[in-house]
Amino acid sequence: MTDIQTSPGLWTLAWRRLRADRIAMGSMTVVLLYLLLLLSSASGLVAADWAREVGVNYAPPTFVGPQSADERIFGSTASDKEVPPENPLDPLKDIIRELRQQNAQPSSPVINDYGIPDPIGKEMAEIRQELAKTRNVESAAKLETLPFGADKWGHDIIKKTIKGSETSIIVGLVAAFLATLLGTVFGALSGYFGKAVDDFFNWFYSIFTAIPNMLLIMAVAAVLQHKGVLTIVLILGLTGWTGTYRLIRAEYIKHKAREYVMAADAIGASNWRKMFVHIFPNVSHVALVQMSIMSVSFIKAEVILSFLGFGVPVGVVSWGSMLNEAQNELILGKWWQLTAASIAMAVLVTAFSMFTDALRDALDPKLK
Amino acid sequence: MTAYILRRLWQMLPTMLGVIVLVFFLFNWVGGDPSYILAGKMSNIDQINNIRHQLGIDQPYYVQLSIFVKQIVTFDFGSSWSTGETVAHILETRIGPSLIVLIPMTILETLIAIALALGIAFVRGSLTDRAVMIACTVGMSISILVYIIVFQYWFAYKLSLFPVQGWGEGVWENLSQYALLPILIGLAVSVAPTLRLFRTFVLDEVNQDYVRTARAKGVSERRVVWVHVLRNAAIPIITYVMSNLPSLLIGVFLLERFFGIPGIGREVILAVDRSDFPVIKAITVYVAAATMVFNLLTDLMYKAVDPRVQLK
Repeated sequence: MTDIQTSPGLWTLAWRRLRADRIAMGSMTVVLLYLLLLLSSASGLVAADWAREVGVNYAPPTFVGPQSADERIFGSTASDKEVPPENPLDPLKDIIRELRQQNAQPSSPVINDYGIPDPIGKEMAEIRQELAKTRNVESAAKLETLPFGADKWGHDIIKKTIKGSETSIIVGLVAAFLATLLGTVFGALSGYFGKAVDDFFNWFYSIFTAIPNMLLIMAVAAVLQHKGVLTIVLILGLTGWTGTYRLIRAEYIKHKAREYVMAADAIGASNWRKMFVHIFPNVSHVALVQMSIMSVSFIKAEVILSFLGFGVPVGVVSWGSMLNEAQNELILGKWWQLTAASIAMAVLVTAFSMFTDALRDALDPKLK
Repeated sequence: MTAYILRRLWQMLPTMLGVIVLVFFLFNWVGGDPSYILAGKMSNIDQINNIRHQLGIDQPYYVQLSIFVKQIVTFDFGSSWSTGETVAHILETRIGPSLIVLIPMTILETLIAIALALGIAFVRGSLTDRAVMIACTVGMSISILVYIIVFQYWFAYKLSLFPVQGWGEGVWENLSQYALLPILIGLAVSVAPTLRLFRTFVLDEVNQDYVRTARAKGVSERRVVWVHVLRNAAIPIITYVMSNLPSLLIGVFLLERFFGIPGIGREVILAVDRSDFPVIKAITVYVAAATMVFNLLTDLMYKAVDPRVQLK
């Protein structure tokens, strides 16, 4: 018996090319690590208790050291606050300077962020002192510092970021799957049947591409009053199928005239069977690359939508909602939430994009 | 030429009709009955019926659709539901600020990306090329939100190089003060993806026979790059820049929101936030129309750039 020499298929060849590419393997490892983290966080193994208020408000990262007693409650204090320098381009600069000069006497006790006396400053200070008494009792058991700090409510930032990654990545992946599914089915029908079906779907395609993607997403977000993770998946999935449709349609037009499809036709295969059992495996790599590309762009889109408050509902944490909280914290000097969410997202997106590029090159070496 | 333009305009009709039906379907059918939003929390059935009658949503769907088409054709979408300002006035006044940010940004972005793309495409595979490409990938991975938050905090708030936000009256005042930082951030975000794309356009050309021929007959390298290659790479570049313009009008919405620029993009966010349907409907329909017209203009520009192109 001699071994039958089998020639390697598309996927085997692609895998070999991927294996040889060091950047591809590195980025794939990073993406897989994120997915592993996602699975363990979704199943409750890690970060299940992210909502516990383990630290004091805005507890800084351990390597920064604990806050001073005043800072703990209201971010920054009047006593050690430096007045921001005058912004020469600020249209209100004259008014601000005037107000500052009026009250330049050192006796004025409470000044706000702009170096202007706070009219209800005295009362606020009293209220804060009252609050501080009760707060101090409460926060006795809370940690002064956390490995990467805490947010406004004292949630551990690391756990919060893991939980946020879970939401953002799941939304991106599921929406990309939905969009690829729609694009593939529409493209297959259109390319395979041609004629009136093709005309209909092309018309549909021209409508969806005439409206800029972000505008379409916003319009759908405006009419869907119910907020939720499912809603945002639907918004992104239903509006994002056009790119896949165009590519898959072209592939089906090319493939339907090939000999193997004619052979399938000759033995009496049904249209459905020819489309999805015979042709689809030969074009599936196009769909896979599209899905990978869309995952990245949908993760980015989810972050923006959630940031604007059109995405995930209140109470669900995602990278977008974290950035939304962080934009105001930066002025108070609390940079850790912004940093954590940005880095978590940037690392994943970089790795995912590099992996996508490598995957495309591996599956279609001619394209390079 | 005229016949071509007329035929293309004729072909836009079914698409435009589709856009109108899609928007109508979204806002009048999926969106449900907005009269409850409008009537507010304390409302009685008479108020709601009154509002329904005013909006025409007590009419059958085909009547509503004909009202909508009439609104589009006459540019009369009535008033915004939340501010009472007429939609036509909103569109008129918001387009200017958007363009003040958009036009300089697009011009600079295109020029920078072309120059860099020509520069690195000729040293393909070298360390410079790879370093620039990696920098682009990393730069693209950081959310635009992070760029805006950090740049605004650092350059405007901390260093006081720019106003933190705001918008003035005159074009020059805005360009020289308020629009500077938004344009800078826009460039930081958009040059990387554009450069990656333009690089592939240039790469498609640098190995062509005509480049070798030009070099063989002693054309200077500068002339090869700026005349021979650029002329041929110009077609995909023009397509990209032109077809991107209408969507950029919406795309700069984050910049407009953060810097308080009263443009179209910020208006969309505000309208979505307030469920202000007339404003979103009008903007969607007109931006779609603009997109189609721009696609036609792009095709006409091909002809100007490349005489080989036959418009059919």
